[in-house]
Amino acid sequence: MALAATIVVDGLIYASWLFVVALGLTLVFGVLQILNIAHGSLYAVGAYAAASAVGLFASLGFAPVFSLLAMLLAAMAVALILGPILERGLLRLFYGRGEVVLLLVTYALFLILEDAVKLIWGVNPYYVSEPYQLFGNVAIGPLFYVGYDFALVVLAILCGAAVWFGLNRTAVGKIVLAVIHNHEMSASMGVNVNRVHWMAFTFGVFLAALGGAFTAPMISVQPGISVSVIIVSFAVVIIGGLGSVEGAAIGAVTVGLARAAAVHLLPEAELFSIYLVMAAVLIFRPEGLFQRAAARKI
Amino acid sequence: MSRTAISVGAVGVIGALLAIGALLPSWLLFLVTMAASHGVVSLGILLIMRGGLVSFGQGLFFAVGGYAVALTVNRWGATDALVLVGLGGAAAGLVGAITGPLLARYSGIFFGMLSLALSMVLYGILVKSTALGGSDGFNIPRPTILGWRLEGASGDYALYALAVVVTGVAAWLCAIYTRSVRGLVTLAIQANPLRVEYLGASVRGIMALNFALAAVLGGVGGALTVLALGHIEPTFAYWTQSGEFVFVAILAGPRSVSAIFAASLVLELVRSFSNLYFPNTWQLALGVFLLAVILFLPGGIGSLGQARIWRRPTKGRDLAALRAGEAAE
Repeated sequence: MALAATIVVDGLIYASWLFVVALGLTLVFGVLQILNIAHGSLYAVGAYAAASAVGLFASLGFAPVFSLLAMLLAAMAVALILGPILERGLLRLFYGRGEVVLLLVTYALFLILEDAVKLIWGVNPYYVSEPYQLFGNVAIGPLFYVGYDFALVVLAILCGAAVWFGLNRTAVGKIVLAVIHNHEMSASMGVNVNRVHWMAFTFGVFLAALGGAFTAPMISVQPGISVSVIIVSFAVVIIGGLGSVEGAAIGAVTVGLARAAAVHLLPEAELFSIYLVMAAVLIFRPEGLFQRAAARKI
Repeated sequence: MSRTAISVGAVGVIGALLAIGALLPSWLLFLVTMAASHGVVSLGILLIMRGGLVSFGQGLFFAVGGYAVALTVNRWGATDALVLVGLGGAAAGLVGAITGPLLARYSGIFFGMLSLALSMVLYGILVKSTALGGSDGFNIPRPTILGWRLEGASGDYALYALAVVVTGVAAWLCAIYTRSVRGLVTLAIQANPLRVEYLGASVRGIMALNFALAAVLGGVGGALTVLALGHIEPTFAYWTQSGEFVFVAILAGPRSVSAIFAASLVLELVRSFSNLYFPNTWQLALGVFLLAVILFLPGGIGSLGQARIWRRPTKGRDLAALRAGEAAE
């Protein structure tokens, strides 16, 4: 029983930041039809930027509480700088070339960003310790958890609720949904599709960077974190169905629980378990859990 | 090109490469060996890609072929390179024959992601299994060919010759296969699977066969790579490895079998030169190169030579192939 509780708690904590990252991935796919391999690199950039920003705030003499603000600002800065540059300057050139070509473009971008990150921040790990103790410890049964981990769960719920509300209850969201549904028709109805594209991409970058920034205190920020994130978030969005917010949530929880169960019961199968779940879901629901079957084209 | 022309061409190219190999410096010899061994895997992707699907998990078969060979060498002491290459292809083909019918149900990006998932499952198993060397992998001794031990410079050349001949024969067979009825129906599947079904052909059946053939080619590539490298590790199944295979197929373009090997060689050259001149930023250089190719050469290397043929279509089967290709775009 205690073991089951541990697995659930660990799984939810893992699912929380994963959901934030995967939400960005699934939104970008929904609007731009791009499965962005470089999303993991953007996560890494967010984590590094947060490490720098928290260090900067600490050296300026702000109280540790402000490190949360520093991380948020870092994620915003990454999104506002990289989002428009990458979408307008690069991805735009390849629209209409098919999903696979765009996948390879983002793969090239991933390779470029990997080295760019090393050039900017070096190869030594960064540790962001200031925010981690802000929320104290929480006791669940005999085990103690760091409060920060639960703050992440709250952050994930906030992000999910905000995105759901924004998409379904605001005018801007309706426009975005219209573009997801049909680019050409939206354009002919007077929607500035190009603007929706770069804004959606920038928001996707923001979510990736936000995930990276707020996990930075839990991990050592070093080269290689982007790869592990991208393969797991791929699994999440595929399980949930590409382009679906609810799907990303269910997918993240599924992956989080599967991984936590594997870590506690069969540690050898950690990575294996995630992809096994993904393969199992695809075998029974070929388009993911939350995807409606597409009309067949003749 | 008629079947005879292809066969004559294939023999000519293999012969020429064998002669050139004797003159190449050893570093370039090894590079061409690697390019041929990797190119044959991308050749498999070409077969699937002609049906409109792209597999991001050919690393699975690459690794299955490689590990089958490496384990046979270390556990049972088999050393004959020809037997080992056949074994690698057969082992991967068996896995492909099992997974093929399952994967043939999927389309588009889901096919790609499911194949990626399968290869990552294998990667996850390989990394954690200490019996197979874990994440470090293990080494194997140099093989023999017909009882002759391959050592030193002549051994390097023999491995080069093996890679050239095996991949040359594979390319020759693929060139013939792509012009056969099944090969042409594959192109029609890319254009419209539903119509092909209505016309009475089994889309799943043909794609499953293509997938199994691609698996055999992947296994052969893995076997050749292991024999030339003398080392195997789980990264054979890693998604970045599969990504490189896809990239070579895209770089070559869907029209030409021989362009695959040119593309594979280009990638190997770019990789080693950027490794040499930009040791800390070679990934960046490779990424910029990939972007430049996709941007400025959308039809791939194969489209360079075929621009003229395009305007002046030849008769018979080639014309049908060209039209089918045109309809697909």
